[in-house]
Amino acid sequence: MSEEMPGPPEPADKIGELIVRARRLTTTLRGRRDAIRKRLPRRTGSVFVAVLIAAGFVLPLFFSQTSGFLEATLISLAYVVMALGLNVVVGFAGLLDLGYVAFYAIGAYCMAWFGSDFFFKEHIHVLVSGIAAHEIGIHLNFVLILIAAAIICSLMGMLIGLPTLRLRGDYIAIVTLAFGEIITVLAVNGTSIGLGGGQTLTNGAQGISALDEPYFPGIGSFNLLKLRPYYWLIYVIVLLVLFVNLRLRDSRLGRAWVALREDEVAAVSMGIPLVRTKLKAYSIGAAFGGISGVFLGAYYTDVNSDYFQFTFSIFVLAMIIVGGLGSIWGAVVGALLLSYINYYLIPDVINSIPHDFGLNFNLTTLSYGIFGFLLVLVMVLRPQGLVPERRRRLELTGAIAAEDSQLVEVQE
Amino acid sequence: MAAVAERPLALLRRYVGRWGLWLALAALPVYFGIHDLTHGYQAGFVHGHEVIRHDLSNLGFNLVEGLSNGAIWAMIAIGYTLVYGIIELINFAHGDVFMIGSLTAAGLWGTLGLGLATGPVGLTAGLLLTLVVCMAVCGSLNVLIERVGYRPLRNAPKLAPLITAVGFSFILQNVGLLWIGGNPIGVNDLIHENDTVFHISGVIVHRADVLALAVMIPLVIALTWFLGNTRPGKAMRATAQDPEAARLMGINVNSTISLTFLIGGMLAGAAGLVYALYETNVWYFQGFEAGLIAFTAAVMGGIGNVRGAVLGGLLIGCIQEMSDSRLGPQWTEAVVFGYLILVMVLRPRGLLGEETREAG
Repeated sequence: MSEEMPGPPEPADKIGELIVRARRLTTTLRGRRDAIRKRLPRRTGSVFVAVLIAAGFVLPLFFSQTSGFLEATLISLAYVVMALGLNVVVGFAGLLDLGYVAFYAIGAYCMAWFGSDFFFKEHIHVLVSGIAAHEIGIHLNFVLILIAAAIICSLMGMLIGLPTLRLRGDYIAIVTLAFGEIITVLAVNGTSIGLGGGQTLTNGAQGISALDEPYFPGIGSFNLLKLRPYYWLIYVIVLLVLFVNLRLRDSRLGRAWVALREDEVAAVSMGIPLVRTKLKAYSIGAAFGGISGVFLGAYYTDVNSDYFQFTFSIFVLAMIIVGGLGSIWGAVVGALLLSYINYYLIPDVINSIPHDFGLNFNLTTLSYGIFGFLLVLVMVLRPQGLVPERRRRLELTGAIAAEDSQLVEVQE
Repeated sequence: MAAVAERPLALLRRYVGRWGLWLALAALPVYFGIHDLTHGYQAGFVHGHEVIRHDLSNLGFNLVEGLSNGAIWAMIAIGYTLVYGIIELINFAHGDVFMIGSLTAAGLWGTLGLGLATGPVGLTAGLLLTLVVCMAVCGSLNVLIERVGYRPLRNAPKLAPLITAVGFSFILQNVGLLWIGGNPIGVNDLIHENDTVFHISGVIVHRADVLALAVMIPLVIALTWFLGNTRPGKAMRATAQDPEAARLMGINVNSTISLTFLIGGMLAGAAGLVYALYETNVWYFQGFEAGLIAFTAAVMGGIGNVRGAVLGGLLIGCIQEMSDSRLGPQWTEAVVFGYLILVMVLRPRGLLGEETREAG
């Protein structure tokens, strides 16, 4: 939908009225917040960020090593990395990507290939310790696997980028979707793709399991009864990715992406290399997806083709749109919000509500619907996302002002 | 201009640009046809011995099945293509509206008491009634979704309604899940779908094939007539081309968009009924896969283009059927999407070209 399609500013009916009222409320609240912000001293922002980062580090100490909340949190953080990666492609460069699950799959399979006994004829061990150092198969250090996955995924990202270069708008979406689906089909049917000598590409729905535990000197062992090391690992990854994203956004490349997103013809005529810029967006976004995939693979300790569904791509896309497309903090907020809803609120919290009221009613059957309803609600009330990109916020408020003046003219 | 010595590479590129697509589309049937003729195929058993035949009737059978299966995708794809053409939204909820259509049909047959024993007159009357009800239910459902989920977002960023569409898709899937439970449930084979109606030189045509095409073709003709000749149809095309100009010409853009959703939903309802008869089972998750395929069909044909959506649907049906029976169903999805990527690379605007704002 585009800007040249003005709906009636004051809908006459009940639904429209409700929506307008609710939106007004959020605007009022935002005004209050801005007023408070003005009164604070200048450095408050960076102090606040520093405190927040420190709080993130000590957070797991307040929860038991096996708590459901901690588990939901570290999965949410993995989704934050995914969302930040997809945000580069969809948010910055404006290339709608519906096949992001492909990079989750490739990352997770990198973990499985390079950190298990799956390649049973190889004996390759690089910087690993413990059981992994004696087993058959390829066993690389976790950091090496992260790097390898990032490289492989960025190459695959370029591969998917190539056929979309001539395409426009949402055609890109369907080609990326097709690519994602082809990768998942390959994952499912990997058992019938032989690599020679009884070795197959994947293990399909049976999964490749018993992946190596990440090993870092000084942190101790990683296992599922001790969630804190996993939390710190993904937290550090999130901070690194966040830093890279913030630097990218304001870099020459980041500005080139935004320019392409806003007006391709104008951007190209200003000397922005179209092919290279777009391919960089795909490959960088894919690399983040791969990194997160490696982590999730290691955390779940098994890589099963059932994990890679189209719904996953949609889930990550929903995160960045709910958060506010193109906005880095929006991607973080959206990813945390939606994955908490999906992994904590719906399974752990909401399900106990009917019981608390003494009702014998199982809400798990409604979890899909609740999630869908929340998506609709958030989007209708805040179409621009929870934390909109600064540039877009300016555009939107500008547009609303223009519309209001039109309305006055008509009424007179 | 005298093109004296065109460089071979450029010549090749032009050649691929012009004929590559047709070569690619013809590749599968031609390969399988030659394979059948030279190697033969197993056509059944007589007295415990395999019967090997060397003709094209197996391929023909694949294509007939593909066309009828594709007719269902075509009806869903039209809904996608109309909606995309008019508000540039990939309506992810559309596949689930189709699923609700199937469930409505299956539920209504139970209520009406249509079963295997119902006579032909009762059956025809019952099916027609169900068709009308399904189309009405899905049409109004689609209009309702548009009113609640998409209209408030007219001025929002382009991708915002995409997420409400996903939200509605989840809600409808949940409705389906609560309605019939998590497993596919069987539907009475009301029309005896596997009875042979006729055969042409060895190619068997089943009742289900006739039904699918008999529902799809009149609806598509009616729709084409409606879009081309009536005032509301013209209003739809005008709005798709330029909503602002259409509004200035006195067209009520909002009600035109509602009408588009109504028509898309009605076709999805009809498709839902045909699907229930054709597959003889319904499932709450069927809409997801169907939606994906139908969307692919719409894009393949050229988005916004009704004839393109029909062509895309029929083509995908044929590709699926050939891949199902010869390469194995587990590869079908990859084959379909591989074809899609090929079409997009060779014809970036779809087979028949798009009819949307920027193209117009």
